[in-house]
Amino acid sequence: MAVLKCENVTMSYEGVSVFENLNFEINSGDYLCIVGENGSGKSTLMKGLLGLRRPARGRIIYGDGLMQNQIGYLPQQSAVQRDFPASVYEVVLSGTLNSRGMRPFYSKKEKQLANRNMERLSITHLKKRCYRELSGGQQQRVLLARALCATKSLLLLDEPVTGLDPVVSGELYALISDINKSDNITVIMVSHDITESVKNASHILHIESKRCFFGSIQEYLTSSVSNVFIGE
Amino acid sequence: MGYSISEILSYTFMQRAIIVGVPVALCAALLGVSLILKRYSMIGDGLSHVGFGALALAAAMNLAPLKVAIPIVVLSSFLLLRISDSSKIRGDGAVAILSSSALAVGIVVTSVTGGLNTDLYSYLFGSILALKQDDVVLSLVLCAVVLFIYIFFYNKIFSVTFDENFSQATGIRAKNYNMIIALLTSLTVVLGMQIMGTLLISSLIIFPGLTAMRVFKSYKSVVISAAIQSVFCVVSGLIISFYAETATGATVVCINLVCFVIFWLFGFIKERN
Ligand SMILES: Nc1ncnc2c1ncn2[C@@H]1O[C@H](COP(=O)(O)OP(=O)(O)OP(=O)(O)O)[C@@H](O)[C@H]1O
Ligand SMILES: [Mg+2]
Repeated sequence: MAVLKCENVTMSYEGVSVFENLNFEINSGDYLCIVGENGSGKSTLMKGLLGLRRPARGRIIYGDGLMQNQIGYLPQQSAVQRDFPASVYEVVLSGTLNSRGMRPFYSKKEKQLANRNMERLSITHLKKRCYRELSGGQQQRVLLARALCATKSLLLLDEPVTGLDPVVSGELYALISDINKSDNITVIMVSHDITESVKNASHILHIESKRCFFGSIQEYLTSSVSNVFIGE
Repeated sequence: MGYSISEILSYTFMQRAIIVGVPVALCAALLGVSLILKRYSMIGDGLSHVGFGALALAAAMNLAPLKVAIPIVVLSSFLLLRISDSSKIRGDGAVAILSSSALAVGIVVTSVTGGLNTDLYSYLFGSILALKQDDVVLSLVLCAVVLFIYIFFYNKIFSVTFDENFSQATGIRAKNYNMIIALLTSLTVVLGMQIMGTLLISSLIIFPGLTAMRVFKSYKSVVISAAIQSVFCVVSGLIISFYAETATGATVVCINLVCFVIFWLFGFIKERN
């Protein structure tokens, strides 16, 4: 059974649809890349998949035992206010909250998880720093570490490499690939980096207002949709 | 002048004021941090006006003030939350309409039933002399409940305040925690009105958090600093107002203002270096 399934999904804002009748499903362990032009509705779809926004029509179904609290999420833009007092450690640690039930305080295991993910993203030295005083790329890495803390079976990333330097971006793609393969985490990632997507992902979803494409990498490369994007 | 601290503390009304004032100040400061960061500051203000309306009604009907005010204010807090969540801009206007209407209804009811009596007067401007034994017990119990719930949900309140979408997306019921914040705030507002008065209670909620944010940069340190500072301001406000024979609520706010300026200067100098 599919982990996540979209049936004839239409998303819209105030009656104006962004995309229509989207159909696709992904299975456990898949790595889906969502591509498309600016404003084509990639972030909107992510919000739909996360249950933050209801589809105007159609259904989004969680299967295979997927629960909301097994999902990790990296938003494209976090609405975090400029003056928010929070240390890096506090932010990363808050990612572990979703698996905690009613217990009021963090356990040792959760603190270890937070520390491990900070190490993975090389931000351990920033642990005590104030989140809002970090550079854009550093903030992005903090939010990624938080997303990893929340991830149990599904990881949704909305343009994760925005603001990262090339070296870190490369490392990040490798890290996501690794999480996908060795931890068997299903990954859904919005990306503008089509070459990297084709290299790592198992499936591609290309969003356009009229005609969306969904299929494996092989199918995508031979389809006409990819031409404009890859430029071959 | 001429009173020693121990003499001041031997007055029953001062004891009551401190016994109620300290935990209320604590609750106000803790919740204030979340309210400021969630841009819900208006809600505290709105609730205090609703509280006044409720008290006027209670006085007109000869009912126990707190027991009428608490349910009404709690219900309005849920309403205000819904309004301000549904749309940020229209929300502001709606809060203003609700709070000024409640205040107006309160004043009309009062003037119909025979003018401002001392009880209402003391709720408007706050009065430690009006605290009765019953109020003290009820206040302590409710403060304990507020503190317990706040500490129990501290981490989730942080997460929901920092990034509501992320919390919601990863399986934390953010809306429920917003309701909890609203509930705790409404209890704090009603209890705080006894000392601070309708007009000044929201500053007891907002000031300590804002002050702490001038200097501290992590959530925990802001919360702790706000709590300590708030208790300090209330206790010193009570004592100073006794000596200087000034209104208690206003004195507390003035001390908060002084703290704010000091912290602001400190933060400013720190930034410079
Ligand atoms: N809150 C909103 N209210 C109204 N319209 C919106 C809102 N958010 C997005 N839209 C519109 O929906 C469309 C899709 O937006 P979305 O953010 O999903 O695009 P995207 O594919 O993620 O773009 P990008 O590549 O720039 O991130 C856009 O035309 C945008 O103007
Ligand atoms: Mg987007």
